[in-house]
Amino acid sequence: MQPDAFFRRRRIQSALFFLAMVAMTYGGMVLTQFDLVQGLSVIPRAFAWGIANFVPDERAWARLPRILEKLQETVLIAVASSTIASIFGLGLALLGANTTRPHPWFSLPARAIASIFRNIDVSVWALILLFSFGQSGFTGFFALFFVTFGFITRVMVETIDEVGIEPVEALRATGAGYTAIISQSVIPACLPQLISWVLYMIETNIRSATLVGILTGTGIGFLFDLYFKNFSYGSASLVVLATVAVVLLIETVSNYIRRTIL
Amino acid sequence: METTLPSGRIRVRPRSHANTVLQATLIVLALLTVYGLITIDTRNINVVTAFGDMLNNFRVVLFEARLKNLSWLDLFRELMITVALGLLTTVFGAIIAFFLALLAAQNLAPRRVNDAVKVVMAFIRAVPTVLWVLFFAVTAGLGSVAAVIGMTFHSVGYLVKAYAETFEELDAGVLEALRASGGNWWQTVFQAVVPSSASALLSWTFVRFEINFSVAIAMGATAGAGGIGFDMFMASAFYLDLRELGIFTYAVLIFAILLEWGATRLKETVGVKRQA
Repeated sequence: MQPDAFFRRRRIQSALFFLAMVAMTYGGMVLTQFDLVQGLSVIPRAFAWGIANFVPDERAWARLPRILEKLQETVLIAVASSTIASIFGLGLALLGANTTRPHPWFSLPARAIASIFRNIDVSVWALILLFSFGQSGFTGFFALFFVTFGFITRVMVETIDEVGIEPVEALRATGAGYTAIISQSVIPACLPQLISWVLYMIETNIRSATLVGILTGTGIGFLFDLYFKNFSYGSASLVVLATVAVVLLIETVSNYIRRTIL
Repeated sequence: METTLPSGRIRVRPRSHANTVLQATLIVLALLTVYGLITIDTRNINVVTAFGDMLNNFRVVLFEARLKNLSWLDLFRELMITVALGLLTTVFGAIIAFFLALLAAQNLAPRRVNDAVKVVMAFIRAVPTVLWVLFFAVTAGLGSVAAVIGMTFHSVGYLVKAYAETFEELDAGVLEALRASGGNWWQTVFQAVVPSSASALLSWTFVRFEINFSVAIAMGATAGAGGIGFDMFMASAFYLDLRELGIFTYAVLIFAILLEWGATRLKETVGVKRQA
């Protein structure tokens, strides 16, 4: 192909791509009744309102102990569900990964199960679980648990396969059994990666838990919703600040751990 | 020949800083998990009965799903509204994030600018999306405007980080060559940075679209964004209709699996890792 013909074709392709994107964006704006002008005018007004009203006042600081208590509840649910789901996820990943599966037939079902759990959004899980667990902490716990379980299974299948067959074969040659191979070679090799993913899921799940809390009336999400609907914007802003502080703290700690162990 | 073995057990894993941190992390996670489970707010429900209910509910959702308040056409329109929310916020987020990421990349802007942009983005990311949407809803009212703006904010926070890391992986020689030949900053960006990172940027953007589709469902359920999320919320909280909720669940599951398949295909062709 001539160079100018190549570049002309590439230009036409990019132009078509951009046209398609513009058309789809316009269609999306019509469908959702989103007004770009109104949208743009909202941003400065919202921040002007926020600077004037969305700051912690005296009432808010008096409520700090209660906010921290609910925040702790939410963080603990996020940590517990992520950790336990990761153990189950690792188990399913061992059944599904090419190097560690007991039988080739295990792979497809394991991956399909993980895909279903992962691709149903956490808010959808919460809406289904509300029927059985009501407004208890378990609704959020299991909603986060299922999504994390699906996600960890997927990434651990990839991690186990990346580690490769060699360490498994080396141990098999010494006459080691299945459990010995898994516990002495596969798990130690994958543990740093697993922990890194668990920390990532904890970060994600604290944010998701806030959302689930609004749906189910638990934890920090419930408290935000309560203050917000009663126009106690000062207290609601303190909830946001406290959440941000905890998320950033956990991010910093997990980045340190990741740098050290990987 | 005599070899002397160290007495006692042979240390298989060396005692290193990394191992200490690893073990400490495991112990802390285990303790927090146990403490979290003990202190969980049970609201006096019987966990065993509730767990049985849950399994039965899953069966209903899976095998007895049917529509009642909506027609199939309604369902399709509602799903498309959710997809449109995800698309709009991804497109707006990508455009804004592209320019901010140029300022956040260490090889393209001064260090002080990098740090300022990164701190603001870390803050934006740390606020859960739903809180952004509700914040904007005070001025804009509950609805698509607040949802799009709020979701766009979080998308920008995510994409700036992803894009900036992509830019920082660029070959320093290419940038050097353009600068040495007298290219100005914008020429460097559009002749070197964009062409060599386009496929990676596209892949990240698609991953964000996948995320924004899920977020759009959640915003429909919690923050009045409309679309299928709102219908799911109504089916669950008002009509208590597990069977209709089942159809909605199938709809979002099928679409999410299609998106994931698309993202995997795209990543295979351009070779980008998923990690955020």
